[in-house]
Amino acid sequence: MSADQVLASETNCHLFDGCGFPAPGLHSFVFDPIFSIGSFDFNKPMLLAFLSTIVVVGFFWAAFNKPKVVPGKVQMVGEAGYDFVRRGIVYETLGKKVGEKYVPLMVSLFFFVWIMNIWSVIPVAQFPVTAIIAFPVGMAAIVYITWMYLTFKKHGFVGALKNITGYDPTLGKVLPLSMTIEFFSNVLVRPFTHAVRLFANMFAGHTLLLLFTLASWYMLNGIGIAYAGVSFVMTIVMTGFELFIQAVQAYVFVLLACSYVQGALAEHH
Amino acid sequence: MIALVQMAADDAENPLVPPIPELIIGLIAFAIVFIFLAKKLLPNINKVLEERREAIEGGMEKAEATQAEAQQTLEQYREQLSEARHEAARLRQEAQEQGAALIAEMRAEGQRQREEIVAAGHAQIEADRKAAAAALRQDVGKLATELAGKLVGESLEDSARQSRTIDRFLDGLDATATGSATAEAAR
Repeated sequence: MSADQVLASETNCHLFDGCGFPAPGLHSFVFDPIFSIGSFDFNKPMLLAFLSTIVVVGFFWAAFNKPKVVPGKVQMVGEAGYDFVRRGIVYETLGKKVGEKYVPLMVSLFFFVWIMNIWSVIPVAQFPVTAIIAFPVGMAAIVYITWMYLTFKKHGFVGALKNITGYDPTLGKVLPLSMTIEFFSNVLVRPFTHAVRLFANMFAGHTLLLLFTLASWYMLNGIGIAYAGVSFVMTIVMTGFELFIQAVQAYVFVLLACSYVQGALAEHH
Repeated sequence: MIALVQMAADDAENPLVPPIPELIIGLIAFAIVFIFLAKKLLPNINKVLEERREAIEGGMEKAEATQAEAQQTLEQYREQLSEARHEAARLRQEAQEQGAALIAEMRAEGQRQREEIVAAGHAQIEADRKAAAAALRQDVGKLATELAGKLVGESLEDSARQSRTIDRFLDGLDATATGSATAEAAR
């Protein structure tokens, strides 16, 4: 698996040399361990995940550890980011009074996810941590548990079930069907899509970047050089596009989390 | 989901199956972020944001207070100014009135003095006239007596007779004069 990666980027395999295109695939998302402790393998995505922690905590430490009423530059940037999530996402969906409690969770989620995504275009790192499903699943699980807990706490057992299944007697005979679909949609599909939406976007983005990068290198021979140029331009364009998508996906992830919480706290589903 | 997990068990490379070590690492990494932000850093900044809000509001309140004070002072000054103007107008008016009164008084005084002088003059004239008349009467009497004495040749030195005669004569003169004055007034 690792051999493919070496072949892709470091060998002199070019078009017309008689070797095939080293297309990116699932193997591009599997890494050899950097080191192992017993059966536990510490690999690159894990390292990047911890680096994300360090970056997020480090930045906010620098910004907010000793905050001043008249902010410095770092604090100003930190405040802008904090305010973006707080006002732009949490207050918008939950309202100021209810939302205040969930601001820390949402701010943490947003910046952690965003930084994990951004590794995709950082030289040397060049891998979005969230393209490994485990990371989005972990965070989606936190949101899911929060959502379930709030639903049951707010409405009681029966009320929570009604909330989750969208109980509405006016539906009449369709009610059992509607409730089944709602239950399935909310309880089973929702956390899955929440995690997979982020994962798939990052997975696809990384694959695209890999594809154009590898193609640029592979076609760098004879007439292929022209195509390699096009492919290289596409790499640049896609890198810019990915930067955008990374932020959007982090935003969407947190926005959905907020809307789930809002649904849990709403009187009527 | 279960089917997916089942499927994943068969294929180690299925990208939809979360590997447990990564899951745990991810949760730990996120937990660290969350703890730092939720317990320390965000409360920090919230406190400062609150302080800033208060500072701004306090500043605005102060500015408002200062403005109100300035407005009040201005009002005060205006009031004082108008009062002063009023006072000045009043004083001017008063001065004018006083001046007029003074002039009137002086005029009256002048009038009075003039009248006094005139009256005094009249009295003097009257007195002089009376004195002159008395003197004249004496002189005329003496002259007439002397003249009559010379004409009659007899001494009219006897004072009783003399004065009776003179008086009679003068009364006659007076009657003539009064008669002529009455006639003049009638005319």
